[in-house]
Amino acid sequence: MLKTLGKQIKQFKLASILTPFFMFMEVLTETIIPLLMASMIDNGVNKGDMGHIRYIALLVLGMALLALFSGYMGNRLGAYAGCGFAHNLRETMYEKIQTYSFSNIDKFSTAGLVTRLTTDVSNVQMAYSMGLRMAVRAPSNLIVAMAMAFLISPKIALIYVGAAVILMIAIIILMPITAKNFRAVFTKYDDLNESVQENVSAIRVVKAYVREDYEQEKFNTAARNIYRLFVKAEKLTAIFSPFMSLVVYGSILLVSWRGAHLIVGGELTTGNLTSLLTYCMQILMSMMMLGMMFVMITMSAASAKRIAEVIEEESDLKEPEDPVYEVPDGSIVFDHVDFAYKKDDNLILSDLNLEIGSGETIGLVGATGSGKSSFVSLIPRLYDTVRGEVRVGGHNVKEYDLDTLHNAVAMVLQKNELFSGTIYENLRWGNENATDEECQKAAAIAQAAEFIERFPDGYNTHIEQGGTNVSGGQKQRLCIARALLKNPRILILDDSTSAVDTATEAKMRKAFREDIPHITKIIIAQRISSVQDADKIIVIDDGKISAFGTHEELLKNSPIYASIYESQTGGNGDFDEGGE
Amino acid sequence: MPPRRQIQKVKVEHPWKLLGRVLGFVLKRYWLHYLLVLIAIVVSVYASVQGTMFTKTLIDVYITPLLAAPEKDFAPLLGGIKRVAMFYGIGVIAAYLQQRLMIYISQGTLRDMRIDLFDKMETLPISYFDSHSHGEIMSVYTNDIDTLRQLVSQSIPSLFQGVIQVVMVFTNMIILSPYLTGLSVIMIIVIFFVSSKVSGAAGRFFSSQQRDVAKLDGYVEEMINGQKVVKTFAHEEKAIEGFKQINDQLFDSAYNANKFANILGPINAQLGNVSYVLCATVGGYLAINGIGGFTLGSLASYLTLNRNFMMPINQMTSQINSVLLGLAGAQRIFAIVDQEPEADEGYVTLVNAKINEDGSIEESEERTGHWAWKYPHKTSGVTEYVELKGDVVFDDVDFSYRPGHQVLYNVDLYATPGQKIAFVGSTGAGKTTITNLINRFYDIQDGKIRYDGININKIKKNDLRHSLGIVLQDTHLFTTTVKENIRYGKLDATDEEVIAAAKLANAHEFITHLPQGYDTMLEGDGQNLSQGQRQLIAIARAAIADPPVLILDEATSSIDTRTEALVQEGMDKLMAGRTTFVIAHRLSTVRNADCIMVLEKGHIIERGSHKDLIAKEGRYYQLYTGNQAKSETAAA
Repeated sequence: MLKTLGKQIKQFKLASILTPFFMFMEVLTETIIPLLMASMIDNGVNKGDMGHIRYIALLVLGMALLALFSGYMGNRLGAYAGCGFAHNLRETMYEKIQTYSFSNIDKFSTAGLVTRLTTDVSNVQMAYSMGLRMAVRAPSNLIVAMAMAFLISPKIALIYVGAAVILMIAIIILMPITAKNFRAVFTKYDDLNESVQENVSAIRVVKAYVREDYEQEKFNTAARNIYRLFVKAEKLTAIFSPFMSLVVYGSILLVSWRGAHLIVGGELTTGNLTSLLTYCMQILMSMMMLGMMFVMITMSAASAKRIAEVIEEESDLKEPEDPVYEVPDGSIVFDHVDFAYKKDDNLILSDLNLEIGSGETIGLVGATGSGKSSFVSLIPRLYDTVRGEVRVGGHNVKEYDLDTLHNAVAMVLQKNELFSGTIYENLRWGNENATDEECQKAAAIAQAAEFIERFPDGYNTHIEQGGTNVSGGQKQRLCIARALLKNPRILILDDSTSAVDTATEAKMRKAFREDIPHITKIIIAQRISSVQDADKIIVIDDGKISAFGTHEELLKNSPIYASIYESQTGGNGDFDEGGE
Repeated sequence: MPPRRQIQKVKVEHPWKLLGRVLGFVLKRYWLHYLLVLIAIVVSVYASVQGTMFTKTLIDVYITPLLAAPEKDFAPLLGGIKRVAMFYGIGVIAAYLQQRLMIYISQGTLRDMRIDLFDKMETLPISYFDSHSHGEIMSVYTNDIDTLRQLVSQSIPSLFQGVIQVVMVFTNMIILSPYLTGLSVIMIIVIFFVSSKVSGAAGRFFSSQQRDVAKLDGYVEEMINGQKVVKTFAHEEKAIEGFKQINDQLFDSAYNANKFANILGPINAQLGNVSYVLCATVGGYLAINGIGGFTLGSLASYLTLNRNFMMPINQMTSQINSVLLGLAGAQRIFAIVDQEPEADEGYVTLVNAKINEDGSIEESEERTGHWAWKYPHKTSGVTEYVELKGDVVFDDVDFSYRPGHQVLYNVDLYATPGQKIAFVGSTGAGKTTITNLINRFYDIQDGKIRYDGININKIKKNDLRHSLGIVLQDTHLFTTTVKENIRYGKLDATDEEVIAAAKLANAHEFITHLPQGYDTMLEGDGQNLSQGQRQLIAIARAAIADPPVLILDEATSSIDTRTEALVQEGMDKLMAGRTTFVIAHRLSTVRNADCIMVLEKGHIIERGSHKDLIAKEGRYYQLYTGNQAKSETAAA
């Protein structure tokens, strides 16, 4: 994991090395200052030597200037390295994700990928930038201050060693418990927020069933539980700062007592005593800093692991060594195909055998979960088969260059997305260089032209993120137009007209027949009316092809098909007009 | 994804009034706690200042005389140390008490605030949820409550502590040396000036960083959600290009913001050192010449005090932004708490009824299976009991969600008990709106709706809703077991009743096939179920409530055909014997309805039975025969 992430530092390596160096410089100069101040008091004030005072004051000012310079450089470079590291992590992750196959994406889930690219990266950035500055600063501050203390008076320095050990033990014991307690609280806290979220979105159910009191009672209990957990977790942290003061105060008193003896015994000067007191604070503060750093690093370790997972993941689709760059035609052959989403899972599809001629229109029906979507996703090689092969245009799909294949097989997915931008921009996803006329032609075939032209801005209408400002039916038609612009060999519609009304759908089918007869079309649908005039219809049941034939043949031979047909007859299925 | 903390320019109206209200809320419950905290703060600050002053005493009173004295007697020193140790001890105890009490205050306040907020939210009218996005409401619970916690548990006490510290330290500084104090004050002003310049620059870059972060998040969210489309369109390189551009921008702004924020630390520290050495030099001069009784001990103490003077001032300035953030959060919280709850002037209630042989109705304590409306007539003082039958009348109803955008016009309808009324028409014609009026999710502007002859405005909303069962088009389930989700319709239902309802809704079979059957946990709105299955559970939930009137919004989205047949059957069984309003999308549902209402742009344009309407050859006929091209032109 560290190696994977370490590689991403790249051009920020120099900054990453210089940052701790400057931080060390800052510490060094800062720790010398109290030493100088001691000399000022002993040799200047005590002896009444104003010249020495001035001399030391200038030295201290010089030191402060040096410290300022190192501090400035260290912090500036730290910010540079931290932000740069985050920048590289995001870029590498994003590029890696682009090479992912569908099954890689499924493995992480889209929400998971988004979190990794955003929240996890900021966590790591914070820890990295802080670590660069503190990892050296805190321990070296501790060591240098301790060394100075020993230099002045080993006897007093021993007191500090004792205090540091006590504090260290406390940190080692308390920090992990605290971190654990808080993690527990935050999980519960997330649950609480989730239940609020649920209530907000289901408010109509709550009100319809008059369950306001019930929900309030449930929430009150949860809120009280959170309170208890928080109080429990924070009780421990409440000990922390008073305990720290206790150690500091104890040290000061011990130092005062011992110091007085030493001064009286002539082993120590008063100036040195004040410096020692300053070092006391520095030592104990850097201990606390180390503790904090430790917590931060452990907390960001989980994020770092999640990022490394993304970077280390290899796409499970291998590009061929000598790829084919041309898809000759739109014929499709399934040859003894078995398929499962994960190697050892149950087979989703088993022993599929099928031949589809170029230019044919094929309907595909079957219950949810029967394997329709899995079946079509094998054609553009979104997934690889477990056994057997899929051939497109006479070649095994594994022989094609993936981009070539994806461009030749246009697939309109069940869950389809539009992107923020104008309609033209969205359509040109299919073909960057498409002219306005070509876009309009595709929109006309997909029966989208009519509603687009009704928009005040026509094809320049801005689509919001996720396509929220067009209706479901409109969105589906835009997605089909976008796919058509690729001028593919094969067009696959995975339940992509469910929100389009039956009449419009009929017009679309007619346009398909007349305008794009050469394209092989595979249409998955719930409504029989969407597929009944296809050249052939496949009925898939439980991962197997249960029937394959024309509408009339299937009505006779396939009981499944016949029963679906029966349940939908008596008009055209439903009343809605595609949500317009 | 946890929400990102927003670093933003905050605008708060009437900040003092708001702060007063927050404090009022806290003090109402925790005034004693807070008072004790304040006392504890004073004590611990006093103790720590006394501790600092001890350095002077140590040097001037004990060490210097000891050096001169022939007999080295350490007993007075020991006494002095003991006295200071006592101070320290008290200080530590006070600090601990302060921390401990603060936990109760801040967590208790948050708990009460959350509960108040949620309790209020549950009473808000549906229109509130229409006009506020879910994200907006959620962010009050997550972000705003969090910033409030910061305000109550850290900012306010640390401001108070800062003020006390500054006052005490300042007093002691003046006592030690007024001249040096003047010098320190000048240095403070310099530090203030420099750090406000630097943090101003940091602030500007932080807001552009915030903007770029939002941009990157937006891009990532959109593109990763559409990643499968990106893949199928071989658009990877363009996606990377777009990403790089935003990523580079974010790097620039983040670097600048962090740079300025980071260097503030060393600048302040070194200016502090400068102040220290200046004081030491001048103090040394004063001590050498004995001006104003300034001694070596005084100098040592003064130097520490000077440090302690800077610290609280730095801390207080850093709290100002979080105070503003906290107040902005409080403002949004109070905005919800101050919302008007759903109004309810109803006084007619639903009671269990016993129907006597002579047809008269009596109120009953137990569940009798019969229900009646208890109607206390205001004018005559007579209480009348009306049997709950499920007779619904719309009389010339007009409705608009927003003024000026009328949705329903002159709607008349009549449903006798047990009838099935179907609404058909395009999306946006007003079908769902009508059903929302029956249970008073919204109030009508004109006309009357009567339920068993009673104006529904006179019926208490809760009782009205108890008498209605609703199955919504988009099903919402809760994060709990299947069993509890069904029981939501009737909280005191036995397991047997739950199973019976599931059987009625055709849900029993698939539920028993779930890993833990009825005890299977549903998560994230029932994500682990198919849409059809979720709908079956929603039907079971309505079935167990056993209401006399049902409102069903059929699902349009593609459920597979087998499940759809099950859903259909379940709904049919549920509808039997009840007054039902169904928003129909499937023909089979409509055909056997007693009355079909065809809606078009808020008007009922046709009504009648299936046979009547077919014979009429109007809009319904067009819809039914699928001859929609013609009707679309007619509608347009």
